Amino acid sequence: MSASADVIVIGAGIVGAACADAIARDGLKVAVIESGAIGGGTTAACMGHIVVMDDSEAQFALTRYSSGLWHQLAAELPSEAEFTQAGTLWVASGEEEMAEARRKHAYYGKRGVDTEILDARALAEAEPNLRPGLAGALRVPRDSVVYPPWIARWLVERSGARVIHGEAVAASGTEVRLRDGTVCPAGAVVNATGVWAPRLTSSLQIQPRKGHLLITDRYPGFLRHQLVELGYLKSAHGHGSESVAMNLQPRATGQILIGSSRQLGVDSSEIEEHMLQRMLQRAMEYVPGLGQLPATRAWTGLRPCSPDNLPYIGPAAEDSSLLIAAGHEGLGITTSLATGTLIADLLLKRRPAIPAAPYFPGRVHAASH
Amino acid sequence: MNERQEFDVVVAGAGPAGIAAACAAAESGAAVGLIDDNSEPGGQVWRRDRSHAPSQLARFWLNRLERASIHRFSQTRIVAATARSRVLVVEQPRGSFEVSYRKLVLATGARERFLPFPGWTLPGVVGAGGLQALVKSGLDVQGARIVVAGTGPLLLAAASHLRLAGARIQAIVEQAPLPSLTRFALQSARYGKAAQALGLGLDLIGVPLHVSSWIEAAEGARRVSAVRVRVLKKVKTYPCDYVATSFGLAPNIELPVLAGCEIEDGFVAVTGGQRTSVKDVYAAGEITGIGGVDSALAEGQEAGSGNALGADRWLPFKRLLHDTFNPRDELRSLAAPETIVCRCEDVRRSALDGMTCWREAKLQTRCGMGTCQGRVCGAALQFLNGWRNESVRPPLLPARVETLANPGRRSR
Ligand SMILES: Cc1cc2nc3c(=O)[nH]c(=O)nc-3n(C[C@H](O)[C@H](O)[C@H](O)COP(=O)(O)OP(=O)(O)OC[C@H]3O[C@@H](n4cnc5c(N)ncnc54)[C@H](O)[C@@H]3O)c2cc1C
Ligand SMILES: Cc1cc2nc3c(=O)[nH]c(=O)nc-3n(C[C@H](O)[C@H](O)[C@H](O)COP(=O)(O)OP(=O)(O)OC[C@H]3O[C@@H](n4cnc5c(N)ncnc54)[C@H](O)[C@@H]3O)c2cc1C
Repeated sequence: MSASADVIVIGAGIVGAACADAIARDGLKVAVIESGAIGGGTTAACMGHIVVMDDSEAQFALTRYSSGLWHQLAAELPSEAEFTQAGTLWVASGEEEMAEARRKHAYYGKRGVDTEILDARALAEAEPNLRPGLAGALRVPRDSVVYPPWIARWLVERSGARVIHGEAVAASGTEVRLRDGTVCPAGAVVNATGVWAPRLTSSLQIQPRKGHLLITDRYPGFLRHQLVELGYLKSAHGHGSESVAMNLQPRATGQILIGSSRQLGVDSSEIEEHMLQRMLQRAMEYVPGLGQLPATRAWTGLRPCSPDNLPYIGPAAEDSSLLIAAGHEGLGITTSLATGTLIADLLLKRRPAIPAAPYFPGRVHAASH
Repeated sequence: MNERQEFDVVVAGAGPAGIAAACAAAESGAAVGLIDDNSEPGGQVWRRDRSHAPSQLARFWLNRLERASIHRFSQTRIVAATARSRVLVVEQPRGSFEVSYRKLVLATGARERFLPFPGWTLPGVVGAGGLQALVKSGLDVQGARIVVAGTGPLLLAAASHLRLAGARIQAIVEQAPLPSLTRFALQSARYGKAAQALGLGLDLIGVPLHVSSWIEAAEGARRVSAVRVRVLKKVKTYPCDYVATSFGLAPNIELPVLAGCEIEDGFVAVTGGQRTSVKDVYAAGEITGIGGVDSALAEGQEAGSGNALGADRWLPFKRLLHDTFNPRDELRSLAAPETIVCRCEDVRRSALDGMTCWREAKLQTRCGMGTCQGRVCGAALQFLNGWRNESVRPPLLPARVETLANPGRRSR
């Protein structure tokens, strides 16, 4: 490598791109190593929902912080980024789920995130294509939708990072070795290779959690919000091997993106008919009219899943000069911008806006000892 | 309520290859299902013509199909396939169900290849095959001025058909050079194609034929009003009402790919008796190499009967066709930066600058992401940039969400 970089980021998914962007904004010289297309990994296969979530305090802190950063960035994003503030409706099918909606309402409100309870009637007015008989919903108006593969490229370009096309086969805090033998020295190295991160940093515990998606032709106005069933929490939480949940998204193009499924430990990219069928049946239980829309494409993606569902952001257990930014499971689009900022804070030894320790890779080891 | 229809042999596609395969299989006693998207059998060439009687060959095969005991599924699209369980998911306008087979014959044919040039998206610029289909179903071209341009034997066939329908053919523009055309004419005589060509030639007496020539641009405000044609070193302008283009055919290999068949140079690889690389899956017709009706019929019979009948005698003809009418390099630079390459998503050629592969272009520009899933722009981008779209997934064609959710259930 001719001109050595201050920092090398390995992986140009949304997380690596956000790291490169944040680091470059601090005036450091960045290089990005990517083996495929920029934004072509899990980032190319997701829903692009920017969503504040409360599975744990640490998850809430990170998603809320990052969602705020997305709203700041929104003003600068060109139209190709497809940023739309659609809002989320957490749909409750019965009284038990309605109680959960109220609990969430109180939880978010106490922490400064505005939400609104919709009763059955208000829900039917907000989304006429939902089936009748649902209990209500929690509306989170600031949640948004983006098109991540394009944004990943935009962030990398904006950072001015040199893009090195190649596959990293070994990484320490001071250099990266490529498959072709090239050694790239750097002041610091960030492993942002998503579900593939353990190949370079073996202490990381990351498993793939496969998801299916299906997209329809354009039906502008068919849905207005991203719809997620409150039962989703059961599916996203547990490490049970297979689950599906209703998760529907109106795209800026007018298409409807239909999710979601979860299969822990499955890393094949093929469409599995039984999962696709279960996922679509679930979606049609909530929005029966969906059945008549023509679907144009189905695909799958691998969520990088850590044992406690939180990402790894910070120094690697075996080499504290090597930084990790990986393992963002089903929330990596949402939490990418916060991840980039936290990594830049660590590099510059700056006090972060939220406590960073809950995301340190060392926590998983610490917990299991 | 699960619905699955079971057959010994299922034939996908009811063009000449599929009809021949279905007849051969049924005549040997098998229970046969023949599936096609169109409402009538015949495929692209034998599409029913409201103004003309079918050719003798078409009549022969359509009658034979009529007499054979074959379950015909028309207006039926295959939207998913699992080779392991030997099941196809099919969709009709009013429902969906599954079809299972012991043996599958793939005869899904080919579609027209479009190569982008400035103005190719103007109304009035159409595929030659598409325009013929419109005329067959009643479009009036009496007195219309038409330029037929592109490459290959289909140019003459289209020009002759359109002329018989009353159109005024302004010119036929063929990109292949005269020496290769001459060689083609001499050698194709061996395959019994000379009389056919002579007939077309007689139909077209008086029409200017430019060889080594191509369209540089179509012009017009709201629809095409003229084309600029490069003839040797000069540019000629022809006023016209339609431009019928034909740049050869692109095989419909999506179903074969999904069924797991090995692909070689863009076509389904077959060995003796039209066997593909997948057990009990056979392929016939244009998906194994563009060769026209006669080779399609021969291959179809072989695939359907399971006997080797010498269909491979058409291989040299296929090669000759390919070598003669392979589009020349100059056509790669016709599309200007602002020329649209992907019609579904309005992607212009300049948007693809700096992209290194199909997947990157798709993710960054939406090229090929639309309803046609790259069926139109795919062949163009393969020619322009050498990119291949290899990723085929269910649904193969746009399918209702409920079909994919409950493939075994016939609705209403
Ligand atoms: C918000 C959003 C909206 C979308 N909308 C549409 C749409 O409207 N229409 C549409 O067609 N698509 C859409 N896509 C899907 C996207 O373009 C791809 O289809 C998706 O990433 C799956 O890849 P694929 O189907 O192109 O190819 P695949 O079949 O997944 O892969 C093609 C090639 O890329 C390689 N590859 C795949 N994954 C990886 C990886 N992780 N790392 C390295 N190489 C890999 C494969 O090995 C293969 O060679 C959308 C994606 C997003 C995120
Ligand atoms: C079905 C599905 C739906 C989802 N929906 C959402 C959602 O709505 N909202 C949300 O916030 N999140 C969502 N996610 C999660 C989100 O997509 C991921 O968390 C996020 O994309 C992870 O980004 P990443 O940059 O870490 O990984 P990736 O995008 O996978 O990037 C890693 C990159 O590293 C490269 N790479 C790997 N190894 C090497 C190497 N050795 N050398 C060089 N390069 C290498 C890869 O090619 C890849 O480009 C979803 C995920 C899935 C699967």
